[in-house]
Amino acid sequence: MKAAFRLFRHDLRLQLRQGADLIAPVSFFVLATLLVPLGIGPEPNLLARIAPGMIWVTALLATLLALDRLFQRDFEDGSLDLLALSPLPLELAVLAKIAAHWVTTGLPLLVAAPVLGLMLGLDPASYATLEISLVLGTPVLSLIGGFGAAVTLGARRGGALLAVLILPLYIPVLIFATSAIGASAQGLPPQPHLLLLASFLVLGLALVPFAAAAALRNALE
Amino acid sequence: MTSGRFSLHRYANPAVFERLAARLIPWTAGAAVLLLGFGLYYGLFASPPDYQQGDTVRIMYVHVPAAILSELVYGMMAAAAAAGFIWKHALADVFIKAAAPLGAAFTLICLVAGSLWGRPMWGAWWVWDARLTSELILFFLYLGYIALVDAFDDPQRGLKAGAILVLVGVVDLPIIKFSVDWWNTLHQSSSLMSLSGPKIYGSMLLPLMLMIGGFMAFFATVVMLRVESELLARRIRAWKTSAGEDGAA
Amino acid sequence: MSIFAMGGYGFYVWPSYGLTALAFALMLGWTLVTLKARRREEQALAALGKTRRARGKEKQ
Repeated sequence: MKAAFRLFRHDLRLQLRQGADLIAPVSFFVLATLLVPLGIGPEPNLLARIAPGMIWVTALLATLLALDRLFQRDFEDGSLDLLALSPLPLELAVLAKIAAHWVTTGLPLLVAAPVLGLMLGLDPASYATLEISLVLGTPVLSLIGGFGAAVTLGARRGGALLAVLILPLYIPVLIFATSAIGASAQGLPPQPHLLLLASFLVLGLALVPFAAAAALRNALE
Repeated sequence: MTSGRFSLHRYANPAVFERLAARLIPWTAGAAVLLLGFGLYYGLFASPPDYQQGDTVRIMYVHVPAAILSELVYGMMAAAAAAGFIWKHALADVFIKAAAPLGAAFTLICLVAGSLWGRPMWGAWWVWDARLTSELILFFLYLGYIALVDAFDDPQRGLKAGAILVLVGVVDLPIIKFSVDWWNTLHQSSSLMSLSGPKIYGSMLLPLMLMIGGFMAFFATVVMLRVESELLARRIRAWKTSAGEDGAA
Repeated sequence: MSIFAMGGYGFYVWPSYGLTALAFALMLGWTLVTLKARRREEQALAALGKTRRARGKEKQ
């Protein structure tokens, strides 16, 4: 367990050291969302209505950006082989790496999202729900994305292939996150939707490490 | 220097399959011809048009079987993937690869027929109905599998990765359908757009069942042929690598 | 004529069946073509293998 935490911190430090890498997903997130008013006109009602969906769609895409590097470098320099052979269960190692990915990709989105909400005129009642949906949802995105990265390891055209594989799997998260935010905007309770998101998170935490570890072992054989 | 003789015992299981397939295929093919033939006759000619939807209801005899097969095939792929992991059956992963393009084709038929059905009924070439949207996502699940398996230089590795993907996909599929259903009711406009079609009357049941059966028999036939073909490709690759070793010796 | 018109919906009904038939034909056709090509290739390789073994035995 301590070994897993150490791996997590090591990975985190590695990613943070390359500061520029952090900027890309968040910048993409902000920029892509800001393209929308430029594309469809700044009419406040329209923007307010599409704000939850827009923010979440760009969050999905931003998460994709950092994913194929998740295992790639370790795969290429052989440290993944060492990880697989080490006493630390590969499932935990996968969890640690995905956690590090989330800290560097998901967490910044949490900070940027309210600002974007402001610029798109998101209904004031929805901000809390927006944040909670991101807190619950972005780890799921990292988990599913981590699985995608593992299963495409060693494949050609990894990046685009990864997107094709996991975007369908992201759809339930998108639907319930945005319906939660929409419910808040209408004064309805968002809890049922958020609880579903939470259950996705639990399901993901339970299943993804095993699936991803199996995929990694397949790539390493 | 090796004798160059290529040992068959590694493929004992597949050899059993090939004998079985040779016996079964004529029957499934015959069944497909009969079922589809009668299904088409009843569907296109010998059944009445619907009270509300007129002759467009005949599209249902193609749309519904395609929808059923598209989901059935994915379920079979998932069952095969599980069998491959639990019992390490030699043919499981080959079956998945053989079935995938067929499943994708059925999904596509379902989408196109659904679109052609929706246009006269609701005036739009595409409606964001729960069933069609789920089918569209299923189509991408199929495409994802096919792309993944083909993206590996080592075919065995590709098959295994694909099997894992299918298992994850089948767990997610009910969740996706549930979410899309929910999304659909959330955004339901006042005009109820549903391609579940009219109530099924007795006279419609016969052509529908015949077509479903015919689609299944067709799938069984073609998937067996594709498994044979895939096993053959594997043998050819083995020939080529062993011949390469011979040449070097 | 009325069968072809399909109560005015012929434009939708016939292409549905036609495209389905096309899809079936492609599925079956592509499978058979690849199968036959691979069978031919296997026979060619088997023949090649026989000549190589024969030559090998001659050399011994």
